[in-house]
Amino acid sequence: MGRKAKFDETKKVKKGPGRKARKQPDPIFRKELLDDDEPKKLSHKQKQRAAKRVKKRTELAEKRKALKEAKKNVAKKTEVEVEAGSDEENVKGFTDDNKEWLKPKKAQKAKKGKPKQEESESEDENQGSDDENEVSDEENEGSDEGVSDEEVDSDADVEPAPKKGKENYKYTVKMFMKSVFETNNHYSDDLFQDSDAEPETGDASSDEEGDSSSKIEYNSDSDEKSEADDDEDDDMLPIEKANLKLKKRQKQDKKLADEEMQINIAKQDVFAFPSEEELENPTSLQDIHQRIKDVVTVLGDLNRLKAEGRSRCEYTELLLKDLCMYYSYNEFLMEVLMQIFPVLELVEFLEASETARPVTIRTNSLKTRRRDLAQALINRGVNLDPVGKWSKVGLVVYSSTVPIGATPEYLAGHYILQGASSYLPVMALAPQENERILDMAAAPGGKASHIAAIMKNTGALFANDANKDRTKAIVGNFHRLGVVNAVVCNYDGREFPQVIKGFDRVLLDAPCTGTGVIAKDPSVKTTKDQKDIQRCFNLQRQLLLAAIDCCNAKSSSGGYIVYSTCSILPEENEWVVNYALKRRNVKLVPTSLDFGTEGFTKYRQHRFHPSLKLTRRFYPHTHNMDGFFVAKLKKFSNPEPVADEDEEGEKKETEESQENGDAEPEGNSEGSDTEKKAPVKRPAQTKESGPQKKKNKQEQQKLQQKENQAATANNKKKKQKNKKNKQNKDTQPQPTSGQPEGENVNQFKQSKKTKGSNDKNEQKTQESVKKTQKQNAQSTISDKDTLKKNIQSPVNDTQSPGRKNKKKNKKRNAPPQSNPAQVTESKPVASPVNSNQGTPNKNKKNKKGNVSRQASQSNDKAQLTESKTVASPVKSNPVTPNLNKKDKKVNASTSKVSQTKAFVKITETLEKKVAHKLKNKNKKKQIGQLNANKGKQTKPGQGVGKKFKKN
Amino acid sequence: MKVLSEDRTRILFEKLTKYITSITTQFLVIYPNKVHSATKNVTKVFFSYFSIGVNVKLLIDRPDGTYCFREKKDRVYYISERLLQLAHTVKPEHLISAGTCFGKFTKTNKFRLHITALTYIAPYAPYKLWHQGVVVLTMSDVPIGFGVAAKTTAECRSADPLATVVFHQADIGEYIRSEDTLT
Repeated sequence: MGRKAKFDETKKVKKGPGRKARKQPDPIFRKELLDDDEPKKLSHKQKQRAAKRVKKRTELAEKRKALKEAKKNVAKKTEVEVEAGSDEENVKGFTDDNKEWLKPKKAQKAKKGKPKQEESESEDENQGSDDENEVSDEENEGSDEGVSDEEVDSDADVEPAPKKGKENYKYTVKMFMKSVFETNNHYSDDLFQDSDAEPETGDASSDEEGDSSSKIEYNSDSDEKSEADDDEDDDMLPIEKANLKLKKRQKQDKKLADEEMQINIAKQDVFAFPSEEELENPTSLQDIHQRIKDVVTVLGDLNRLKAEGRSRCEYTELLLKDLCMYYSYNEFLMEVLMQIFPVLELVEFLEASETARPVTIRTNSLKTRRRDLAQALINRGVNLDPVGKWSKVGLVVYSSTVPIGATPEYLAGHYILQGASSYLPVMALAPQENERILDMAAAPGGKASHIAAIMKNTGALFANDANKDRTKAIVGNFHRLGVVNAVVCNYDGREFPQVIKGFDRVLLDAPCTGTGVIAKDPSVKTTKDQKDIQRCFNLQRQLLLAAIDCCNAKSSSGGYIVYSTCSILPEENEWVVNYALKRRNVKLVPTSLDFGTEGFTKYRQHRFHPSLKLTRRFYPHTHNMDGFFVAKLKKFSNPEPVADEDEEGEKKETEESQENGDAEPEGNSEGSDTEKKAPVKRPAQTKESGPQKKKNKQEQQKLQQKENQAATANNKKKKQKNKKNKQNKDTQPQPTSGQPEGENVNQFKQSKKTKGSNDKNEQKTQESVKKTQKQNAQSTISDKDTLKKNIQSPVNDTQSPGRKNKKKNKKRNAPPQSNPAQVTESKPVASPVNSNQGTPNKNKKNKKGNVSRQASQSNDKAQLTESKTVASPVKSNPVTPNLNKKDKKVNASTSKVSQTKAFVKITETLEKKVAHKLKNKNKKKQIGQLNANKGKQTKPGQGVGKKFKKN
Repeated sequence: MKVLSEDRTRILFEKLTKYITSITTQFLVIYPNKVHSATKNVTKVFFSYFSIGVNVKLLIDRPDGTYCFREKKDRVYYISERLLQLAHTVKPEHLISAGTCFGKFTKTNKFRLHITALTYIAPYAPYKLWHQGVVVLTMSDVPIGFGVAAKTTAECRSADPLATVVFHQADIGEYIRSEDTLT
C-alpha cells in the first residue's frame, strides 16, 4: 500500500483506526505555486463586497469618460506616452487615487478594440480581478511564507504594481535557494502550467491578462510588464503579444535553471575513494553500482574530481574490480574490454550485454515475400515490424502469442530465426546468381541459406562445417527452406583448399570467443581467458588464409572473401585481417554496409593497415544487434607466393612479427601465456607454417622430381664421399640404432665433412642465431654452444656414425628447400641414398644397409619418446627421423623457413600413408612449432649423450 | 553418391508416380554399367523401360538442366547434374548432403518418402486420387504433409470431427522432430 497524495481533493482518504497511526502528512505546496484555474466560489460577504466594488467602478468609469472627452484634443501618441509614463510613476506610489488612472487605461483599450463590449467587459474584469485578488489574499495568509500584508493589500487593489511582482520574483528565488528539493518539482510544474496558460491569456483581450496576472503572484510580474507593453504598442496583434510574453518567460526560466544548476553543482558530493576495508567487504550490489557510477564520473574529469594522492590507475583498478563483481566477468576479459572501450561506453556495452537483443526472423525469399509472411504471422497473433531500411528480408518480433519457432509458416520454411547481425556478412558478400560460393563455417546454415536465397537457388553453394553433428542442422535447415543448390560437407576448413578451389566468393564466419553475443551466452563472461583467445585467433588466421586460397581472383564477378566474427576483440578481427593482408594477395574493400563503426587501425601497441578502416564493427549498445565484425577482402591475384618467395615472406613475416611484437622467440612461446604480447607472437609463426605446408604439398611432386634429377647429377660425386663417410660410420652400426635423434650428430658430421661449406653454414647459422638472440638470448647461447661443440668435438661423430648417415639421408631430401649451404652439405652426405630418393625414407635406410630397419624403427620410437619427454605435444619432434633432423637443423640455424621446407621434402619422399600421417602430425607440430624448438633447444644444450640415455 | 540399381529405380519411380500422377508413361534409363558415361543416369535413350508418371518425368527433364537421382547410404538425393559434378569433388566420407533428399530405402528395400520431398511432389499432386498418396495442405494452400487417404471425398464431407481422414506419412513438423534422421 503506497501512500496516496491527495491530488484529488474531492476524494478524501478515509481516516480511522485501521489506518496507520503515524502517517506522513500530505505534501505541502506553496500556494503561490499552485495554480487555480477555476475561481473559487465566493462567500456571501465576498459577493456583497464585490457588488459594491462594481458599483464604485461603474461610477468611476463614467467619471473617466468625462475626463477623456476633455483630453480628446491631445494626440494619441503623446497620450500613450504620458499614460505609460504615469503608469510607471504609479508603480511606486500606489494609492487608491490611482485607481482612476489605471482603470481608464483599460477601459480605453477595450474601447479601441471592442467598443461594444466595453462596459460588460470592464465589469467582468473588475469582478474577476477582485475575486482573484481575494483568493490570493487567502492563499498568502494561509501560507507560512510570510508574505507581507501590505503586498496582499495592494494586490487586493485594482492591480499589483510591477515592482511588487519583482519583489515576489525575488522572493521566490530566495525560497528556491532555501528549499531546492521541495521546490523543484512544484516549481517546474507551475512553470509548465503557466506556460500552458499563457497562450490563452495572450489570445484573450488584454483585460483578461490582468486577471490572470493576479491569479498567481509569480505570474503577476511578467504579466504586468507585458501589460505595460500592451499599453505602449496597442496595435500589436495578440499573437505578437503572446510571443513577447513567452520570450520573457523563457528568459526567466533560464535564469532560474542556471541558478538551480549552480546550486546542484555546489551540493554535489565528491566521490571518496573507498578504504581497503570497504573494498574487502562489499556490502551490496547496489553500492557497487553506485560506486561504478561515481568512479566513471571521476574518471570523466579526473583532474578536478580525484581524491588527493590517488592516481588514475587506482581508479581504473577499482572500476575494474567493481565491474567484474557487478557484471560477473572474469578480470581478464574485463581488462580486455576496458582496452577496447572508453569507460563510459564500456558501461553501456556491459549493460547492453545483459539484455537480450530483439528476436528477428529472416524471410525466406525462396518461398515467400516479406509482406505475405508478415501478414500471415500477424494473423497468428505475432506483433512484428520490418527490421530496418537496410534489410528487405528482416522482421523484428516484439511479441507473439504463439511459439515463433513452431508456426506452420516456420515449418514450411517461410522464415528462419536469425539475429539481425547475421544478415550483415551475407549482405557484404553480395552473392550473385550462378556463382560458386563457399561458406566455410556454415552451421547451422542461417547465413548459407541466406546466400542461397539471394542466389535464387542457382549456381552452387558449398556449405562446410568442421563439426559433423552440426552439419545435420545445416541439412535440416536447407531442406526446410528449400535450398537445392547446396552441397553440405564436413571438412576442417583449413583443408578445404585441397578439396576444391576456384570459388567466386567465400564467406568465413569464423568460430570465435563470442564476446559480441554475451547476452546469448553469458558463460563467455567467465570462461574465456588469454589462451582461448589465442587459440581462436590462431584458428581464425589459418581459416582465413584457407578461405583466401579457395577463392578465385580471376572470377569475372567475384573474387571476394568476407570475414566475420561475433566477437568484438581486435585480436580476433582486425589483427587476423591484417595478418591475411600481409600473407596473401588481398586488399580490403568497402563492405557496402552503410552503418556500423569503422574498424580499428590502432589498438594498444598494434598499428594495423590503414585500410582496416573499411571494415565494420557492430556493438550491442550502439546498433542494438549482437556485437559483430565484418571485413570484405578482394583477392587481386591468384598465384600464391612461390617457395622462394615463401621463404622470404616468412622471414619478412618473422621480422615483422618481431617488430610488431607478434612473434616471440621460441623460448617465450609457452611460458609467455600470461603476457599479452606472447599470444600474439605465437600465432604469427604458427600461421606461417600452415600455408607453407599446403603449398609444399602441392609442390611436393615437382620438388621430388627436381630433387631426383639434381640428386642423380650430383650423386656420383657425393656418393663417393658419402660412401667414405658411410664406411666410417657403418663400422659402428649399433650406436646408430641406439641414437634416436641424429640432429646434433648430423650437424657435426656435416661440419666435419664439408668444412668449407660448413663455414658458410656456420656463418649463416650464426646470423640466424643473432636474429634469434634478440628473441631468446638463452636459446641462442645454447645453440652456439652446441655448434661449437659440434665443430670442436669430432669425437662425437665417430661415436655415432650410423646416426650420421641417417641424418645425412634425411638432409638430402631436404636440400633444395633449405639454405644452399645446408643443401650442399646434405647432398654429399646423402648422395648414396639418392638412388633411393624416390622411395620412402625407410627404404633408403634399408638400402644403406648399414643401418638396419630395426635401428630405424627404434630410432623412430626413440624420437617419439624424446618428443614426449620434451613435453610439448603439439610441437613434439616429428615422428620420422627426418623431421627430427630438420628440427635439429632449425635449432642450429634457427631458420624456421628452412625447417618447413625440409619438412615438405621429407614428407614427399615418404610413402603416401606415412606422408599423410606426417602431414597431420606436422601440422599440429607446426602450430606449436615454437614449443618444439624450445624443447629441442634445451636438449642440444644437454648433449647427445643424455638423449641416448633417456632412450 | 552412387547410381541407383535398376531395381531400386523402379521402386522409386513407382512410389513417386503414386503420389504425383495417375497417368503413366514409358521412360528409359541408361545405367552406367551399361553405358560408358557414368554421369548420366536418366536420358532419353532407352535401355530399360520404366512406367513412370508424366509428372515424374518433369522432375527429371527440367528447363534449368537435367536432374537425377543418386543414392548415398540408402538415401536418395535429387540433384542437378551440374551440382552433382561439383559434389564429386568432395570425398564421400565428408559429403553430408547434396541437393535434396527425397527419402530412403528401408532394410526391406522399400522406398519411404521423406518430408523433404514435399516441395517437389506438392505441385504435381492430384488431389482427387483417394485412398492413395495425398498431399495435405492448409487452408492457405501451404503444403504441410502427405499421407494415405482413409476415406472417400464423400465420406469426408459427412465424417465426424474426430474421424481419421488421412493416414499420416510425413508432415513438416518432422523438420524439427526428426532432424537427425532426415538425411
